Formats: sequence, structure tokens, C-alpha cells
Amino acid sequence: MAASILRRSLLAPRCRAGDVAALHSGPSRRRAQAPGPIASGRKTVKSPAGERGVAPWVAVVGLEIHAQISSNSKLFSGSQVQFAAPPNSLVSFFDASLPGTLPALNRRCVEAAVMTGLALNCSINKKSLFDRKHYFYADLPAGYQITQQRLPVAVNGSLSYSLCVGGKKNQMVTRTVRIKQIQLEQDSGKSLHDDTRSQTLIDLNRAGVGLMEVVMEPDMSSGEEAAAAVRELQLILQTLGSSQAIMAEGQLRVDANVSVHHPGEALGVRTEVKNINSARFLARAIDYEIQRQIKELENGGTVINETRAFDYKLGCTIPMRDKEGKQDYRFMPEPNFPPLILYDTKSLPASTNHQQVVNIDWIRERLPDLPSVRRVKLVEQYGILPEHSFTLLNEDGLMEFFENVARQTQMSAKKVIGWILNDMLGYLKQHNLTVQESPVSSLFLADLLNLLERGTISSSAAKQVLEELWKGEGKTPLQIVKEKKLELIQDQQELEQICQAVMEEHQEEVMEIKKGNPKVLNKLIGLVQRTTRGRADPVLVKQILEKRLSQ
Amino acid sequence: MRKSGGGRMWILRCGRSLRGAPSGGASYWGGLSPGSRFTQAASGGSDGREEAAGDPRRRGRVYQNPTWQHVEQRPRPEKKVTVEVLDHLERLALVDFRNWEGVQRLEKAIQFADQLHAVNTEGVEPMDSVLEDRCLYLREDNITEGNCTEELLQNARETVEEYFVAPPGNIPLPKLEERDTFLQVSE
Repeated sequence: MAASILRRSLLAPRCRAGDVAALHSGPSRRRAQAPGPIASGRKTVKSPAGERGVAPWVAVVGLEIHAQISSNSKLFSGSQVQFAAPPNSLVSFFDASLPGTLPALNRRCVEAAVMTGLALNCSINKKSLFDRKHYFYADLPAGYQITQQRLPVAVNGSLSYSLCVGGKKNQMVTRTVRIKQIQLEQDSGKSLHDDTRSQTLIDLNRAGVGLMEVVMEPDMSSGEEAAAAVRELQLILQTLGSSQAIMAEGQLRVDANVSVHHPGEALGVRTEVKNINSARFLARAIDYEIQRQIKELENGGTVINETRAFDYKLGCTIPMRDKEGKQDYRFMPEPNFPPLILYDTKSLPASTNHQQVVNIDWIRERLPDLPSVRRVKLVEQYGILPEHSFTLLNEDGLMEFFENVARQTQMSAKKVIGWILNDMLGYLKQHNLTVQESPVSSLFLADLLNLLERGTISSSAAKQVLEELWKGEGKTPLQIVKEKKLELIQDQQELEQICQAVMEEHQEEVMEIKKGNPKVLNKLIGLVQRTTRGRADPVLVKQILEKRLSQ
Repeated sequence: MRKSGGGRMWILRCGRSLRGAPSGGASYWGGLSPGSRFTQAASGGSDGREEAAGDPRRRGRVYQNPTWQHVEQRPRPEKKVTVEVLDHLERLALVDFRNWEGVQRLEKAIQFADQLHAVNTEGVEPMDSVLEDRCLYLREDNITEGNCTEELLQNARETVEEYFVAPPGNIPLPKLEERDTFLQVSE
């Protein structure tokens, strides 16, 4: 396969549900949703104009997130859902839109959507309807996409996320973004553009896979907030199991709607930014687009309502070629489906087939602990700071690692967290490994911390041992300590002799201290440590030196 | 029902063409004459059905008394379709009206459908599916289909290494000024 000449398609004329509302009500849609109480917490984007005395600009960012549902089969057909498979091998007759085929709704996808709706505090619509959204593109064989535009499964929720603000990025604030709706829809196929032969190759393996579209209200005002919200949503979806939400595999796709305006004035014209492949690029793309719009407006130009693609190599957004302005999707009710009825324990009819019933209360009882709840539990149980709990949950598997270590060691959790976040995480990032691939197991780390706690070794010696452990040669911490002779000197007399020797060698410093300059004491302690090659307990050394000096 | 008109709309015309009843008029039954097949049920059944009507088991299926009501209609104004809308439709749905006769058929079809406005639907929930009293069948999440690459590719004229081949992107219809169409000539 001449893969070098093929490039991934920039998904062309694909608006999302939110766009159609804009079609019909134009700018009034944005105006109607200008948030009230949340505006007070909004950060103002500092533009050069702000410093020159011109009114500051405020950016408004809304997200439309498509999360691929983690299920065995597709939404409306029984073909398999798999990421990398031979082209067109996971396609059924319905996915290829051959005439005479009909859709059959997958129960697991409905449950996933209900779970996500409950986790995001949405109200679940007991009756929801399916619609057809018509547009022509080669990777949509039917010419329409079955989605839920009028009455989606879940509406009116909220998502809370935290981010670090302040000059030193050390203050955590919690912000909320409202969720407009969550709906079920079909995915389209994949198109690979072959520009040299002027053709497009279509692979329908992905066509028909279930997607949850999460439409957020435009409550955010910067790329950083958007990235934090997306990260939080990713964690929630992964915890629920409704989606694996890996952006690199295309299981989580984010489109951003960006506009800028002066505070107090009407909302500006927005543009849609697509083709964002990771959370990092999301923040950069949105920030670039905000700056571009500000520059454009300050130079007297206008912002056109268009779709732009983010080019991650250049770090900028470029207009997409295939977009022909506003699309008319000609929504119509899906004639092959009656309304989807969901039940709760009160409304459950007496004699029904379990398989045919999705019970909201049953799903609510079985919801796992959401990330926010897990963080609170960590803070309560171990007494760590909230920022630490964020870092623990952000890294896949780190929380379990921390809990294992804390369980097996006598050291207090607050000290353990320091070791985990600074040393372990530092090493993992340096070598680009995941927690599961770490050569240091939780048992070894617990052993090491026990040695430190008991006073067998000093903390600098412990760091040396950890470095040795990272080589992954399978030696236990105790073995390494014995090999390298890193134990603390337990013999008081030996310590006193060494201190005496150091004091005699450095009479000047002794004079300084006796004159009343206590800081020089630290230098003496350092010298003792160097002589003993880190095997002296600094507290004890200080005591001995002070005792000697006061004589 | 037979296909008639521009080929794009199914229109109930058999009544009119079979019996030659006058078109238009104030009857709720549109172009149908009282004697056509579709109105017989309302008036209590024909010969073939009278026996069924007498049968106690089947009496419930056929209404004894008509449930239809006469509604006096005002003659509705002729709706004209503008050139912009026609261009929009041609671009979106890729239909070709071909000439003004096609446009006239479209206007007549719109007029026919507009008769629905005579009905008062205040407080009535719109029906969007005749299946609304059935439950939506939920399928279990099992893999039952797929792996028919060869069969699917047989349908395609051109394939490249098990991919379908398509033109590079959408080729939009040229703008109204730039293409050769009857719409350019103003009415």
C-alpha cells in the first residue's frame, strides 16, 4: 500500500447538531445561551489591546464531543467494532446501505448513553426519538445519518472540572460547564485521500459504529479550560466503561466553536475548529483561533462563519476546502424506529422481557465511583492535598500503585505521595513509560520506604537505591543497600569521631559559628555527610556538632 | 395508487381519473368522489363487507357510522416557489426540474398538501411514526454479521486493494449564473 501518498481526510462537510440550531436562529442561538452566573468566573483573555487601553476581549468556546461507544457490535447492525482491521471486513449489508436492509438498535449502546447521562447529571428522557440527517459524502453510503436531534436521550447536565490558575499555577479552581444534550448517532466511514490519482478510498469498517455526541454550552473561555473539561470527560467515560475515549485512536473527537467579543456586547461570529487529535493540540488550536480572531477584528476585518482545520505541524488553523457554507440537513423522523422508551422502577410494566427493557434506576445503582468522588475519598482516606489527587487520577494506574504502596509501608501517606509524585512519576515521564510498565513494583518501593522510615538509611541514600532499582535488575532494596553499603552509621561513637575530625579540619568555620553565625553549621553537616558518603543521619550529626560547639 | 405528476410525489389521483369527478371543490375528501374505494369504508361498507359487518366478531372493525367530518375550505392562495428556493433544492437534493412544467407540478403538490392546514390540531401531539404503540426492539450486543468483503466489493465498479473508490470530495453544483439551466430565464 503506497501509504506515503495517502493522507487522512479532513472530515469535510460535517456539521453537528448544534449547527442546525444556528442555521435556523442564527446569532440569536448564541445570545440566548450567554451564561449568567458563570460569567463572573470567566477569565478574560489578555490581548495586546488590553494593555493599550482598548477594551479587553472575551473568548467564548463551546465544544461538541463525539465519543465512540465501547461495545462489541455496531449501533444498528451486528458487525464487529474494532480499530485496525482489514479494509471493509467489518461491514454488514446494512452498513453498506444496500437496499432492503433495516437497522436494529443495540441495547448496550443505549445503556452506555444512559450511564453517561447519569454521570453528567443529566435528566434522562424516557421517550427519545431518532431522526435522519441528510448530506452527501462518499463515506456515508446511505446519504443520511441516523441521529437524535429533536429528542435526545439525555439533556441539561453539567460537568465540573478543575484547573490550576494563578501566576505559579498552584491554585486549583473548579469550573462547571453545562451539557446541552447527549445523543446517540452513527459514525461514518473513513476516507483516505489519494491526491495523485485524484480519488478517495473508502473504508466502511467504522461506518455505523455507535457514537455519543456530548454537546456542551459555550461556557468556556480559553483553550486551557476546554482541555481540562475534555480530560475530565475522558476520565469519566473511562471509569464508566461506556467509551475508552482514546483520542489517538479516534474514539474521542472534539470540535470547538470559538468566537470573541467585548464583555457586555453581543456575541461574535463563531468559527468551528476541527481535526484536533489530542488534548494538547486542543488547547493550542483554540488559543490560536482566539488570537487569530482578535487580530482580524482589531485590524478592521470580520470573522467569517466557517469551518477551519487545525494543522498541528504549523500550529495554526486553515479554512477547509470542502465546506460550502451553511448546510441544510433536511432533518426528518426516522421512519424505521418507534420512539425509544426507557423505564425506571416505578414505570416498569409488570410482565416484560428483561432483554427488551432498559431500566434507568438499575443502571444508576450500578454506576461506579466517578473520578470526583474517588478524589474526595483519596483526600479523606490518606490526608493528601486535592492537587495530588488530581495528578494521581490523571495518570492511568497511578492511584492503584499509590494505594498498594501506602498499604504495605509504615510511612505516612503524605510522605509516600511525595515519593510517588516527584520521584516515581518523574522517572516514568523521563523514560516515557506507563505505570504498568514500571520496572519498580509497588512492593519494592514499599520496602524501600520502610527502610527509610525505620532509619536504616537516609533519604539521599534512598534516592540512590531508587535509581538502582530503576535499572530493573530484580534486586530488592535491602540487597542494594547492603551491596553499596548505604546504611546509616548506627554507632554513636564513630559519628562523634567523624564530627570531631571534621571540626578539627575546618577551624575557621568553627570560629564563625562560635561568633554567632549558625548558618555555617549546615556547611559542617554537609562536610560530615560527604565524608561518610551519605551514611550519617543529618539530625544526629547536627545534635553532635551543636553539643561539641557549645563546649 | 398510481405514480403521477412529476414522478416525485405520490398523489391520490385514482379516484379522479376513474370517475372523472370534478377537481377542487370544498369537500374534505380532496379529489375523490363519494363513490370511490376510499370513502366506502366510511359510509358503512359495500356489499362484500355487509356480511362482515353483521358478524359480531368483526363488527368492531368496520365503522357503522362515518367518523369523517365535512370541513368547509376557503380556496387557498396559489403559492409560488421562488428561483432561490428552486436553486437551493436542485443543489441539495440533486433533482432536476427540467422546465417550468415541473415547477408547476411542484407548486400543485404543495397546494394539495396545504389542505392539511384546514384541520385544527390544537392540543394534539404530532405523530411521527405509525409504530408509536410498539416497543423498539433492542438487540443484544453480539457479533452476528461482517466478513463479507468480497461480496460487497462485487457491487463496486472500481476498487483498489479492498477499498471502495470515490471521486476526491464533493463536486458542488455550479452557481446559478454559471450553469445552463431553465431557471436563469426569469419568469
